[in-house]
Amino acid sequence: MGQYVLRRLMIAIPSLLGISLVLFVVLALAPGDPFSELATNPNVPPEVQAALRAKFGLDDPVYLRYLHWLAAMAQGDWGFSFVSRMNVDTLILQRLPATLYVVGSSQILALLIAIPVGVYAATRPYSIFDQIANTFAFIGFSLPTFFTGILFILIFSVKLDWLPFVYTSDLKETGIHWVIAQVRQAIMPVMVLGLFQAASMTRFVRSAMLDVIRLDYVTTARAKGLGQRIVIIKHVMRNAMIPVVTLVALQIPAVFGGAIVTEQIFRIPGIGSLLISSILANDTPVIMSVTFVFACLVVLFNLIADVLYGWLDPRISFR
Amino acid sequence: MLDNNLKSMISDVKDGRMDRRAFVKRMLAVGLTAPMANQILALGGVAMAQSPAPYKPTKRGGGGPLKLLWWQGPTLLNPHFATGTKDQDGSRIFYEPLASWDDEGHLNPILAAEIPSLKNGGLSADAKSVIWKLKPGVKWHDGKPLTADDLVFNWEYSTDPATAAVSIQNYTNLTVEKIDDLSIRIKFKDPTPFWANAFVGAYGCIIPKHLFAEYKGSKSREAPNNLKPVGTGPYKFVEFKPGDLIRGEINPDYHMANRPYFDSIELKGGGDAVSAARAIIQTGEYDYAWNMQVEDEVLLRLEKGGKGKTIYAPGGDIEFIAVNFTDPYTEVDGERSSIKTKHPILSDPKVRQALAMLVDRESVKKAIYGRAGRVTANYLNGPEEFVSKNTKWEFSVEKAGALLDEAGWKVGGDGIREKDGKKLKLLYQTSINGPRQKTQAIVKQACQKAGIDVELKSVVASVFFSSDVANPDTYAKFYADIEMFQIPMAQPDPALHMRRYHSRFVATKENKWQGQNFPRWVNKEFDAAVDAAETEIDPLKRADLYIKCNDLMWKDTVMIPVMHRIKVGATALALRPVVSGWANDLDNIQDWYREA
Repeated sequence: MGQYVLRRLMIAIPSLLGISLVLFVVLALAPGDPFSELATNPNVPPEVQAALRAKFGLDDPVYLRYLHWLAAMAQGDWGFSFVSRMNVDTLILQRLPATLYVVGSSQILALLIAIPVGVYAATRPYSIFDQIANTFAFIGFSLPTFFTGILFILIFSVKLDWLPFVYTSDLKETGIHWVIAQVRQAIMPVMVLGLFQAASMTRFVRSAMLDVIRLDYVTTARAKGLGQRIVIIKHVMRNAMIPVVTLVALQIPAVFGGAIVTEQIFRIPGIGSLLISSILANDTPVIMSVTFVFACLVVLFNLIADVLYGWLDPRISFR
Repeated sequence: MLDNNLKSMISDVKDGRMDRRAFVKRMLAVGLTAPMANQILALGGVAMAQSPAPYKPTKRGGGGPLKLLWWQGPTLLNPHFATGTKDQDGSRIFYEPLASWDDEGHLNPILAAEIPSLKNGGLSADAKSVIWKLKPGVKWHDGKPLTADDLVFNWEYSTDPATAAVSIQNYTNLTVEKIDDLSIRIKFKDPTPFWANAFVGAYGCIIPKHLFAEYKGSKSREAPNNLKPVGTGPYKFVEFKPGDLIRGEINPDYHMANRPYFDSIELKGGGDAVSAARAIIQTGEYDYAWNMQVEDEVLLRLEKGGKGKTIYAPGGDIEFIAVNFTDPYTEVDGERSSIKTKHPILSDPKVRQALAMLVDRESVKKAIYGRAGRVTANYLNGPEEFVSKNTKWEFSVEKAGALLDEAGWKVGGDGIREKDGKKLKLLYQTSINGPRQKTQAIVKQACQKAGIDVELKSVVASVFFSSDVANPDTYAKFYADIEMFQIPMAQPDPALHMRRYHSRFVATKENKWQGQNFPRWVNKEFDAAVDAAETEIDPLKRADLYIKCNDLMWKDTVMIPVMHRIKVGATALALRPVVSGWANDLDNIQDWYREA
């Protein structure tokens, strides 16, 4: 297995190089530059814009810029943002906690809803409960987050005035009040993201359970006189959860990548909003770092998912 | 005008026979207004009165937190690198200029002990030097004293090309020398009637020499204080997260009495304008939000029974349609829209005039800008003394049609006019922005009625306004027949606003399209008027020259003004923000307070 992991990691290197090259070229081909705001300001002579372009190396040929970037990245230097002139790694580290907190909580919420509901629905397929769960699941994943987000704001902030809709990364409160405020401001974004995730995950859990529940060994277990609880939890769920665990592992990079739309709506200073504002400002070093780190995480967690799969299901061997 | 009359009035004010208010009123009566009248008085040797900001609090602090919501968060905090208004606002919380522009376009002393005038010896009669005196006893947030050395340093820092400071324009063509610890002399290369540019307003913010001296020039990016400002402002730096949050706390040693009112300040960035308006007006989560680019209809609805309201500050920002004088379809020496060509359709003044008649400004105001716009015939809309009264506009499809008939464009079988077998077809480009696309639709409809086939094009703003030489869709390349956008007027003086249409600034391939004269309009008379105005010391003659410039642009239909845009902010009902159309929203942040 050690050999298998090593081989997979070796394969990852050329694919990551390829990803970075494609990203860089696409960004270089994309029109616009980070200093467009200067152009219509009559106070700023155009030479300043030209000087800035030259200073940040934007006038160099693409392949040179790519090689510079690659060499720096290999040494752990992520470069600096053209827009804020701050090091990219500090910028990303600043944004990470909010994303981990909000997107992470929403994933946990999604699991907490999806597993019990999915399992229960699978044990009684086509019952009233199953029908209702299905209906809600369909509604859940057909409503986009930008719609539910704004709906939640209108209901809970504007009409009822219960929750704040502007997320503050640095709350002034201390102690228990800090915890309360932190939870209060995260409720809406976590619900929006969590419910959306839970909807599709419920369907997944349900079908995974249904696949297993019909197998002969389950009937055998029942024939042994085991109770429904034990059969479902110990025998069915253990096996049905194997694909679910893989799915969750593959979702983890998204926890780091943030949620672009939801973060924008609730003004959460996370990776997603950093990415979108950098894209709008053509801040190449930041876009490159965020997308590249994301690509690395996807590759890594794919590997982890595969290894995990083999560990959970010994029938699968690594070759 | 009444030159002698004016001189005697000035001396009346000087001797106290006439008060300033009466003088300003007389000036208003002859078509000038407050800022201009005051400038006349300043030049005439009458000291400028301190701007009467009705500031009520009687002690420093005690106002709790001030929570600001900017839908674009500041990304850096060095005023010399502030690429956008958001960054200037972020820097302005901590850094200060010598003086700022108040809501009427007057200079308001901040770090200066007084505003220079002829009377106090600050200005010279030849308009070639200015003496600024610093307020004594001002301290940086780290306790070091502010001195003339800091001012000289800011000039050196900004003008070093390796620094690549965006404030460079404010400091070029002048030298700054120290007279003593608290005063400096600015010497201009040429007579400069508008002297209040260096050290004034957003780009005039002063950074401390003792923290930035090592980081002048090519090392400018590495200065640790780029992200941790140490200024003289009303609030001290606490925390900064680019694009997200700025926090500051009260500066207990602030140099103005009873100021600031608030104990702390928070500027949150991100999101969009509509939800920012909601957070102020509907839920009251925040106190003030800038730049409410939201349809008036929506704002009116939010304001009903809300916890906040919108406020308006007129400046000189103009939304216009520019006409291309060159041919965007023919390549000359590898360059489209080359100055060597003439536009096949629009070089005919009658067609341009017809086009101007097809822009229904009243409808645009009603349907789109509402309270945030004023209709105008002028490109130059402020300050009052520079506003031409000689121009007019009208919307008339019939008259436009008649003009086009005269020009030889006859209505063809398909309703589109044609001349010599060529269809009257125009490409109309702008940046992607809700109000702009709606304006395009309104103009297109009117043009269609008059027999002009208009093709609409919209380009992403970051491309449209970029300086990317390789991109064909920038406003400067102007590969279209007409284009629409806004040029903001950054200070209450038309010099920079008008000079860009001088023929020496025509955008060409040679200057990498950095020339600011994008309509590629060449008019000898205009050139002469701009040149004369830039060195004219007499404020009245100078104003006349700029009015002439505006009228020439109107006569030649270079620009079709769409809307004189007014700055809109959203504020909590009890908050008393001091916002000027001639400055950024936070340029007078020290004077903000909350009514009890």
